Formats: sequence, C-alpha cells, structure tokens
Amino acid sequence: MLHRLLSNDLPRSRWLAALLVILFLGLAFAPFLFPGVKALNVAAKVLVFVALVASFDLLLGYTGIVSFAHTMFFGIGAYGVAISLNAVEEPSWGAIALGVICALLISFVLSLMIGLFSLRVRAIFFAMITLAVASAFLTLASQLSDFTGGEDGLSFSVPELLSPGFTLSEEPLVTPLGEVDLNGKLITYYLIFAAVTAIFLTILRIVNSPFGRVLQAIRENDFRAEALGYRTVVYRTLSNVLSAGFATLAGCLLALWLRYNGPDTSLSFEIMLDILLIVVIGGMGTLYGALIGSVLFVLAQSYLQDLLRLAGEATAGIPLLPALLTPDRWLLWMGVLFVLSVYYFPTGIVGKLRERSVLAKLRGLK
Amino acid sequence: MSFFKDLDWKPMALVPVLALAALPAIGSPSTWLTLTVAGLAMGMIVFIIASGLTLVFGLMDVLNFGHGVFIALGAFVATTVLGTMGSYTTADSLWLNLLALFPAMLVAMAVAGALGLVFERLIIRPVYGMHLKQILITMGGMIIGEELIKVIWGPEQIPLPLPEALRGAVLMGDAAVEKYRLLAVLVGAAVFAAMVWTLNRTKVGLLIRAGVQDREMVESLGYRIRRLFVGVFVAGSALAGLGGVMWGLYQQSVIPQMGAQVNVLIFIVIIIGGLGSTLGALIGALLVGLMANYTGFLVPKVALFSNIALMVAILLWRPQGVYPVTNR
Repeated sequence: MLHRLLSNDLPRSRWLAALLVILFLGLAFAPFLFPGVKALNVAAKVLVFVALVASFDLLLGYTGIVSFAHTMFFGIGAYGVAISLNAVEEPSWGAIALGVICALLISFVLSLMIGLFSLRVRAIFFAMITLAVASAFLTLASQLSDFTGGEDGLSFSVPELLSPGFTLSEEPLVTPLGEVDLNGKLITYYLIFAAVTAIFLTILRIVNSPFGRVLQAIRENDFRAEALGYRTVVYRTLSNVLSAGFATLAGCLLALWLRYNGPDTSLSFEIMLDILLIVVIGGMGTLYGALIGSVLFVLAQSYLQDLLRLAGEATAGIPLLPALLTPDRWLLWMGVLFVLSVYYFPTGIVGKLRERSVLAKLRGLK
Repeated sequence: MSFFKDLDWKPMALVPVLALAALPAIGSPSTWLTLTVAGLAMGMIVFIIASGLTLVFGLMDVLNFGHGVFIALGAFVATTVLGTMGSYTTADSLWLNLLALFPAMLVAMAVAGALGLVFERLIIRPVYGMHLKQILITMGGMIIGEELIKVIWGPEQIPLPLPEALRGAVLMGDAAVEKYRLLAVLVGAAVFAAMVWTLNRTKVGLLIRAGVQDREMVESLGYRIRRLFVGVFVAGSALAGLGGVMWGLYQQSVIPQMGAQVNVLIFIVIIIGGLGSTLGALIGALLVGLMANYTGFLVPKVALFSNIALMVAILLWRPQGVYPVTNR
C-alpha cells in the first residue's frame, strides 16, 4: 500500500524516513499543534511551497533544464482564481473552478509554446527565454491594472465554507496547547493539505514512471537519449508543460488561502529565487527534498528575519555590519547560501542523508 | 569579388528594413527620425554590454547570468565619480564636461573589470563545463552583487544627470535629436570599430576568433585558452561597466535592479545575433533598440513583448540566430 502510494520511491534512509514522517504529521496536525494565526499562515505557506517546489524539481532536478518562468505559472494560477472570484458578485465554487480551468489553459498554451520554441534549438536558450518572457509578463501584469489590479493587486472573498466567518461550532476547541477556532480557515487549510498531498503523490508517480526515467536519462546525457530513439524535445516540452500545470495549481491554492493576489505575492523574482534555493537545499532530483527544503526555508524566512534584525541592532555601533545585518538584506544572505550550497552541497539534505545510509550499509558489509 | 559573394548580407539588411517599415506606421518623418536616433543610441549601448557576454559564451561556452552586476556597478561608480567632480559637470563647456565624463567612464570600466576578474575566479572557474550549475551560480552571483550595491549605495534610485553641455537637443530639420544620443552612437561606433580591429587585425583577436570556432584545436597548438578567456571576460566586464554608465546617463537615473532589467534585453540580443557572434550581437542590439523605441511610441504596453516577438520571428527564420557560430 505504502509502496504503491509512494510509487516505490522510498526514502532509503532511516533518518530521512523519520524526518519525513515527523514533517508530514506536523503539517497534518499543524492547526492543533501550533495554534495561532501566524503559525497557521506559515504552515499553509509551507504546503503551497511544497507543491510549487516539487513541480519545479520535475523540471530542474529530473529533466535538468533551468526555467526562470516558474513564478509566471504560479502567478497565472493565483491570478486566475483572483480575477474570477473578483469578477463575480457572490463567490461560488463554480467561479473557482472556472478560474482554475482558465489558468490551466493559459499555462498550458504558454508553456507549450515556450517549450517547443526554445527547446527545439538548444536547451540553453530555455533559461534565457524564460527569463525574458517572465519579466515581460511581470511588467504586463502590473500594467494591466483594470484587469489585474496593478501593483495593488486584487482582494476578493471566497465561498462561505472557506471564509473565516464560517464556524463549525461556537466554542473553540480547547487543546492542551491552546484554543483552536473551528472556522473556515481551518477547512481551507485542510483543503490545501489534501490538494498538495495529491499533487505531490502525482508528481512522485510521474517521476517514477517510464516517462520519468526518460527525463532522467535526458538529464544525464541528452545526446545518448536522442540516440536511443527518444525525441528529447518532446519529452522536455512535456516536462515543462506538466511542471507549469502543477505550479498553476499551487498558485490557485495560494490565492484561496490569502484571499488576495498581487505581483509581489506570486509573480516576483524573489519567489523564483526562493524556489531555486529550496530545490538546491532540499536536494535536486528528489521530491522529498521539496518537502524538507520548504519547511526549513519558510520557517527560516518567517522567524529568522527577526533574528537578523536583533543581530543588526546588537551590532549598531560597529561600521558596515548593521548595513549587512538588516532584514532588508535578507536576499544577500540567501544569495550567499545559494552559491555555497550549489558548490558544496549539490545533492542537498536528502542526498546527504541517503549517502550516509549507503555508506553505513557498505560498512556493514565489510 | 568573392568578398561580396561570401558576405551574408540579409541580416544586415534587417536594420534598415525595420526602420523603413516603421516609417509609415509612425507617420511623421521628424518623429521617426527622433525615434530612430534614439533606437540606434539604445542599440549601441546594448551592443557595448552584449558584446562581452557573447564572446565569453563563444569562447568558453560560459553563459553568464551575472553580467548585469557589471552594468549596475559601472553606473553606480559613475554616479560617485561624477558626484565628486561637481563643477566640471555643471559647467557649460563641452570640454570640461567631457573631462568629467571620461574619467567617470574609465573608473567605471576599471572597477567593473576588476570585479570581473574576481567574479571569474570565485564564481565561474569552479563550474567550467557544467551548464546547469553555471546558470544557477552566476544567477546567485548576480543577486549577491545587486545586494552589495544596495549595501554600499543604498536601495534607492539615484539621479545621474547629464553634464550641462550634453543636455537638450539639436534640430535636424523638424526633428529634435538629443545630443547625448548622438554621443552614444559615436561612442558605440568607436567601441565597435576598436573591437573589429582587435578581432580582425591583431594576434589576440585571431586567437579569440579561432577559439570561438574550435577551442581544442587552439589549445593543441599550444595556446593557453584559459588565460585568453580570463582576458576576454575582464574586457567584457569592463565594457559592461562602460555600457552601464551610458545606460544610466541615457535613463538619467540608476537603480540597483538596472542590471537585471538590462540583462533581459541582452539575452534577447545575443539569441537574435547567434551566441558567440559579435556582428550578430550588433545587428541584434540595433534591432532591439529600434523596436523598443518604435513600439514604445506606438503601443507602449507591449514594448517588452515586441522584443520577444522579434526574437521569435528571427529564430523562426534562422533557428541559431542571424549569424550562427559554426561547430557548436
């Protein structure tokens, strides 16, 4: 059963398995384990990032091509839901479905075009062309303010079942850790949890299918894969389309959670950098890395920035250090971390853990 | 007359064709002239920046996503240098102005070149031959560079006013052509001439061209292509710094994110030109500059998409860019 669910791609390391189980249970019971608005927001953001990063890993880790347009598809999903719910008088499930379907269609067409066009010639064009298209799209989204709300973005309401005003019971549930409101937010959280679990398992299924093996073959040696008779353009393009589709779904979930969408929340280049960093830290080419990386990164982003501020205040008298240690320079430290991880830590956390267990087994054989 | 027979003139004809095709769409010839000069000036600046990147790729197969750092650094250094020369830039004398401008450009080039040396050593050397890591690492380098610029000069936009004598426009018939744009075209043409001379008439240039064509063959003849590559990389970074100064003056302000913005244009240019081709980069840059100005005037909202559309059209015609570099 578990084998089928995980598509036979088991953690292959005792520590990794334990970590994954803890994180999974932690996310599954997050509203009860960590009561409070901020904690729930962080948990939901982790979930959305798991789906987003897993879909990106399909492209970067498994197919070996770099796309800088992943946030574009993420944004299309978020804008799809936001625009459609913003346009209707009474928020309904139909409007959400319409938004999701339209967003998926747009992402499909765009990713197919970009893929066929740039991967046809050489894979290296792909990174440059996606960068150009994504930045043009970002400009467009902030300029078409009648449609997208411009820089201010769009706020909208969600169907009653999902809105914070909806309550299952008047009394909050009292747990030893604190009081939990049984409201629409909680339902939304579990909706996102279910959707992300489904997305994650689907991607896991894809990368462990024969199709996924071909993708990995292309990553290792595209010339040889072509020589074996696989049309690399077709496979790469399909991988791009699939990855864009899942990113779009993640965007829809983000919009449902925030009940708001704007360029900074879903389209900005900073999110693209976050995704890259999570993939590298977690481990390229392992979907479990997406889960571990997202948890670590979002937690760090939500709580370490305060630490950085404290460090900046503590060093106030020393020249230069306070300028480096403010939350405004968060990206600087992320960039340094990113470069160092690509050099010294290319297989990420999951890769290191698996390596350790392989070494331990070898030692046992001696 | 084999020179003319061998000459692949079709891509060169694209630039005048695009300019002439835009004339009826714009209508007024004087507006057209203003826009065309603006487009050529922008194209020349973009070419100065793109030339280094395309040579670096051609020579060593290194795709540098961090090229934008040198652009922004050059521009920011120029604001500091011009800031210390206060009276020279505000004096109403072309010679005094140029006396301020040229040191600013030289310092910017020197600083950008020095950073290029460090960047090559720290960021690029460890990942030779690994495209995926190269893209990731240089992107990381770009972000670190941009953040460090914010640490030194602050995250705000800094004005970079033109020196007094270069402000305003000269009238050509009915058309007002800004003086600075003429200067930009001149500087761009001078850089292009110097580059063509170096590449075609000197030993180093011969080696660079040969290296772009077939790196291993040049190595097997006993030349150290790595050293050559470092030189090209530093020169390319310095040119990006120069381009950054000119771009900053063109926009009359600089922001730390300018590197990333210009980077997008540069990528379109070198894809159009054919990765590794200098002449292709020039044609690509001029096309992109003209296109950006024409569509910026006609339909401002799609200005960035027009360049992507241009790239798509060119790649449909020649999938490897207008001048594909052979043996790749």
